[in-house]
Amino acid sequence: MIRVQAEDFDPGAELEALTRGNAGIGGVCSFIGLVRDVADGERIGAMTLEHYPEMTRRRLEEIEAEAMRRWPLEGCTIIHRHGRLAPGDRIVFVATASAHRQAAFESAAFLMDWLKTKAPFWKREETGDGERWVAARQSDDDAAARWTGKPASE
Amino acid sequence: MKLVYFAWMKEKAGIGEETVNPPATVTDLGQLVEWLKERGEPYTSMFQNMAAIRAAINYEYVKIDAAVGPDDEVAFFPPVTGG
Repeated sequence: MIRVQAEDFDPGAELEALTRGNAGIGGVCSFIGLVRDVADGERIGAMTLEHYPEMTRRRLEEIEAEAMRRWPLEGCTIIHRHGRLAPGDRIVFVATASAHRQAAFESAAFLMDWLKTKAPFWKREETGDGERWVAARQSDDDAAARWTGKPASE
Repeated sequence: MKLVYFAWMKEKAGIGEETVNPPATVTDLGQLVEWLKERGEPYTSMFQNMAAIRAAINYEYVKIDAAVGPDDEVAFFPPVTGG
């Protein structure tokens, strides 16, 4: 399940929706990304996320399908917010459900790594000195690259 | 052909999207960029450093030598920073 929205979400309700009625699920792994109040040593007042809606939808569907193909998942949820967010606000939610924990842990990490490098979102930070676009990080590319050709665990 | 821009490219362009009609000799993305730069600012500064730019055609990531046609939606943007 994929959603891109300006509104906040309720992680507990999302986890409940993911697992309800499926007793074949033995484990759920979730990740929530939050806006920090400091970046590169500067205090952040707020952040605005811009995206490319039609391309975002396609990339997230692709990433979800790839996770379902690589791991034996019973379900997964991806929620990404856009618009202006304050420190402490939730930005992104990823949850994966599987019979066993290993697939849930690995696929959740995979979803975040691929999302960060493939989904067309851009962050603009408001600092005391004005506004700036966040630069992409090599460490995110490296994290995404570790899944290249990696066999799925059972 | 529809062009769309995001993040700092959108700011430099001053607009989020526009429709252009390049000549028939423009058949790939590299030629499109060169044709835009010939039109002067803001394109000259937008496309100054191609290493800092990513592109998509019809919502799919492409390389600079990708074929492009009149009915395509071409997007230019910096590397993504979501998540």
